[in-house]
Amino acid sequence: MSMDLKLKIWRQANANSKGELKDYNISDVSEDSSFLEMMDQLNEELIEKGDEPVAFDHDCREGICGMCSMHINGEPHGPENETTTCQLHMRKFKDGDTIYVEPWRARAFPVMKDLVVNRDAMDRVIQAGGFVSVNTSGNTLDANAIPVPKANADEAFNAATCIGCGACVAACPNASAMLFVSAKVSQLALLPQGQVEAKDRVLNMVNQMDLEGFGNCSNVGACAEECPKGISLENIARMNREYLSASISSEK
Amino acid sequence: MKLDSKIPEGPLEKKWQNHKANIRLVNPANKRNIDVIVVGTGLAGASAAASLAEMGYNVKAFCFQDSPRRAHSIAAQGGINAAKNYQNDGDSVYRLFYDTIKGGDYRSREANVYRLAEVSANIIDQAVAQGVPFAREYGGNLDNRSFGGVQVSRTFYAKGQTGQQLLLGAYSALSRQIAKGKVKLYNRHEMMEVVVVDGKARGIIARNLVTGEIQRHGAHAVVLASGGYGNVFFLSTNAMGSNGSAAWKAHRKGALFANPCFTQIHPTCIPVSGEHQSKLTLMSESLRNDGRIWVPKDRKDAEAIRAGKLKPTDLPEEKRDYYLERRYPSFGNLVPRDVASRAAKERCDEGFGVNKTGEAVYLDFAAAIERYGKTEANIQGIDNPSPEKIRELGTKVVEAKYGNLFAMYEKIVDDNPYETPMMIYPAVHYTMGGLWVDYNLMTSVPGLFALGEANFSDHGANRLGASALMQGLADGYFVIPYTIGDYLADEIRTGEIDTNHEAFAAAENEVKGNIDKLMNNAGKKHSVDYYHKKLGRIMWDKCGMARNAQGLTEAIKEIQELRAEYWDNVKIPGKADEMNPELDKAMRVADFMELGELMCKDALEREESCGGHFREEYQTEEGEALRRDEDFAFVSAWKYSGDPSTTELVKEDLVFENVELKTRSYK
Repeated sequence: MSMDLKLKIWRQANANSKGELKDYNISDVSEDSSFLEMMDQLNEELIEKGDEPVAFDHDCREGICGMCSMHINGEPHGPENETTTCQLHMRKFKDGDTIYVEPWRARAFPVMKDLVVNRDAMDRVIQAGGFVSVNTSGNTLDANAIPVPKANADEAFNAATCIGCGACVAACPNASAMLFVSAKVSQLALLPQGQVEAKDRVLNMVNQMDLEGFGNCSNVGACAEECPKGISLENIARMNREYLSASISSEK
Repeated sequence: MKLDSKIPEGPLEKKWQNHKANIRLVNPANKRNIDVIVVGTGLAGASAAASLAEMGYNVKAFCFQDSPRRAHSIAAQGGINAAKNYQNDGDSVYRLFYDTIKGGDYRSREANVYRLAEVSANIIDQAVAQGVPFAREYGGNLDNRSFGGVQVSRTFYAKGQTGQQLLLGAYSALSRQIAKGKVKLYNRHEMMEVVVVDGKARGIIARNLVTGEIQRHGAHAVVLASGGYGNVFFLSTNAMGSNGSAAWKAHRKGALFANPCFTQIHPTCIPVSGEHQSKLTLMSESLRNDGRIWVPKDRKDAEAIRAGKLKPTDLPEEKRDYYLERRYPSFGNLVPRDVASRAAKERCDEGFGVNKTGEAVYLDFAAAIERYGKTEANIQGIDNPSPEKIRELGTKVVEAKYGNLFAMYEKIVDDNPYETPMMIYPAVHYTMGGLWVDYNLMTSVPGLFALGEANFSDHGANRLGASALMQGLADGYFVIPYTIGDYLADEIRTGEIDTNHEAFAAAENEVKGNIDKLMNNAGKKHSVDYYHKKLGRIMWDKCGMARNAQGLTEAIKEIQELRAEYWDNVKIPGKADEMNPELDKAMRVADFMELGELMCKDALEREESCGGHFREEYQTEEGEALRRDEDFAFVSAWKYSGDPSTTELVKEDLVFENVELKTRSYK
């Protein structure tokens, strides 16, 4: 089955220019195509015609690198739950549909070109404390020296599956990064290895998050709803607890 | 030219220890004055950059993605091997070494592989200390599973996302050094050239992918951890941006390229569905722990399935051919990847394929669901459970183990793999070949190192599952931090590298000239992908799972013609001094057009079958790979001399002192 679609795509030459939605028609789209393969098809047509293709971020195309973005019909990564744009398939759309494609919208994510945004702010939040300070030595404890309850290990893993795509920020009316930050704080708070620096970590990461211009959390919950990896709101609750207890007891 | 692999003296199990004891060091005060460039931020690159910065070197790290965390190591699914022997099932450093040598079909270096096995256990300790959430058992200890080509359970994992968790561990270590200012990160930058001054690697030319700016970066050593070149085939399990350009540019600057034809075609990938396809998706090898691979016994049944008249679940047991279990009873579904891929191709070529294109086999979980369901019913104390209850319980267990993979399959194929068997077919996944390196991981250009998939050193002609993560991290965390010192010890008096040197200017001009040539050619006929797909087709048809002299000879000629056409006619819209993804792609494909030819040339020259390299002329009566140790127990290292067609072969003989060369048998 193939389909014909109308696309309204955000075009913006660079960070300093004004953008606008432009109309495109595309036909013969296979329902087995991914959304990005549909975009490839459009770009091939644009190149053949001598027009400039649409710039968009993408890499692994298997839902794990977190590089693809796109606001599709008003939702980050489109209509399907727990799915990145690269894993969204055209069979979720109907012949004749009009599809709006826009970049992530957030103060901390400036548009660089068309659908490409700058997400360096997320890296800087991790640099502020999203790690365990252990040097490479090969002489750390044996991996089984500290048993970790399976339930905690599983919870930590669930939080750690965050792919850093920024959909949570894009979904939030306040452009808050609480889900992203809390996922890393939670992962390390749930593991014994993360305990030593737990207080500094949460304080520093939250501080950096604010500096980057991410908004505050007002418990809307859109972040978790739109998260392609199903990161739970419980992480935000856990981070709030961590933050509160660190603020009260920190000696700094 | 004579290659010196610099393998240390002494017995195998003492070589690395002795080497470490005797290697030269750079004192902390001097390290502060030494700059190192690391290209790539995957497992090898991120771990190397973090470790070198921790030691005190000034590191510049480059990645073409928007963040170091996007590197394609993130997509590795199944696990990482380590000789911990936590399962008490007979594992040891020696056994991991032996399995890897044998799995590689005796085309790798004993000393390198032994070192890899030796440091494997440290990787797990290091990752756990960083907070990597590996899968655990109820007692709180780490869990293991099995991978192909071995008879122990030594694979550590985090569901089907082990690569993601390990990379995020290395990324966090890297982030810590970036925060300290010891690593300067250049994201959305791509290496365009290696700069060689007086025979030594002294820096790189990079391109800012946002502005198009061409930059000079000097350093006392350059470390390439830029991954593999599987995208030469257009369709592969690699990320869209994965490319061979850094390695290829190094090759053109004098670094020998080893065993380029050793490509791993992974048996369990989602089959190609149509022309629109941009990449192929792997279904982890770990699935072969529990999935059974089969096709119908009768060709008529296969035809009926292809026509949609028969469902696989309706085909009774006795009409199914579990061909891996039949051909290889002792390893069954867990034979190594090259063996499993060829067996799938053989069945499909014979007309037993099960999807529309005839290029797919089944991977069936029904038996595992039933087995786990029964065990779970016992655990829960349910007497005489109904078949439905067993299915329900078993499905939950399978979901806990492979849930994310099953979900991914369902999204792509639109079919529920808990109910109907998965359809799979081999696809290009990994390249064992790469830059030739010595025991210190230094290429034949002094000061230029290659780590991880970018080098050739550890996997011979076929990599075992869960060994890529192991090698990437071993190289980055535990090998290069020692071995780079031996080289840099001579550089403490060099002082800052002068990027005004004429070699930098020449390299920069070369880059600018190539960009100009591509942007302003006369033809402007077709897009980059148009030509890339053509190259991929040639490579897959003639240098893929089965190769022969005639096909390879044709392929070389076809690639030469295609390359000329590409430079004249590729059409790149936009400008060079702005964000231009088509230009980024065009530069990479230009290098693939040369690398592809060298791969064919290497495959043609190697008149034997080994591992992933299967020459149809050299097979046993049963269709197994026929190695020719007398004539081909060497590494083919290729020296560039201006054009892939005139590239010169340099041989490094492989000496086996500890392992007896045998015909690899998994029967």
